[in-house]
Amino acid sequence: MTATVWITVGGLCVVTAAIKAFGPLAFGGRELPSVLARVIPLLAPALLTALVITETFGTDHRSLVIDARAGGVAVAGVAIARRWPLPVVILLAAGTTAALRALT
Amino acid sequence: MSSGLRAGLPYGLASLLLGFSFGVLARPVMGPVAAIVMSVIVFAGSAQFAALAVLSAGGGAAAAIVAGALLNLRFVPMGIAIAPSLRGRSLGRALRGQALVDASWALANRGAGRFDIPFLLGSTLAQYPGWVLGTVLGVAAGGVIGNPDTFGLDAIFPAFFLGLLAAELRRPGARAVSALGAAIAIVLTPVAPAGLPIVAAALAATLGLRR
Repeated sequence: MTATVWITVGGLCVVTAAIKAFGPLAFGGRELPSVLARVIPLLAPALLTALVITETFGTDHRSLVIDARAGGVAVAGVAIARRWPLPVVILLAAGTTAALRALT
Repeated sequence: MSSGLRAGLPYGLASLLLGFSFGVLARPVMGPVAAIVMSVIVFAGSAQFAALAVLSAGGGAAAAIVAGALLNLRFVPMGIAIAPSLRGRSLGRALRGQALVDASWALANRGAGRFDIPFLLGSTLAQYPGWVLGTVLGVAAGGVIGNPDTFGLDAIFPAFFLGLLAAELRRPGARAVSALGAAIAIVLTPVAPAGLPIVAAALAATLGLRR
């Protein structure tokens, strides 16, 4: 187990560094082709939406569920719409989720 | 950079809580030292949780690395996006690319394809200590608090991404992209390995080609 753990830590470190270096090395310091320049600004809404969905409804075994997290994220959505500060938003999300779990 | 540091502080607090959660969950599987070293040298929350999930299920190192790498693949499009804003030698660009994390990337986005790189570095600098310190505290407290999900810590990540998304939706064309990205993620989650649905959702950005 120990070897497996350390190989995972070292391997993921190297792979992550390579992934993060790819864009800056391959496309760094020059203007993007116009096709990419139209697509890139829209990556943020696409990726963030997918992250919200997978982190709210995803499980460890390829399925989607509605559980206490959905309640916490819904309350966070209301707080965000009212432009409350982010630390308040995330604490509300955690608190609501914890309360729902305690009740069910 | 100092404005990035200030903007990153609330995210540093979020990183502290998430790192705590990681430390608690990782200690029984990986041992205290490896859990902390992982946060210090990998510094990628969702990838670390994914690799940990594979190890807890009894999976091997290769499967754990692939799971983590899939979740990190989103840094390829993010890295391409910041590339035009990065000047200088390739080694310096590659090193500054290491500062890529979701919140810093979204916060440093100035629109029209430009990114404020010093701001991005400052924002990440505010989050890194939170992630590492949180992991250390989680490893230390692990035996005492039990499952961190009891405290709803797993809802922090999506709430945090929702906050970043809300700001992005004000950009022209963003709502249609978000809706298509959601559809791709929902359809692929039951059939594809974790991480792939997120990367595939990036394809929704090609709606930008219509204009």
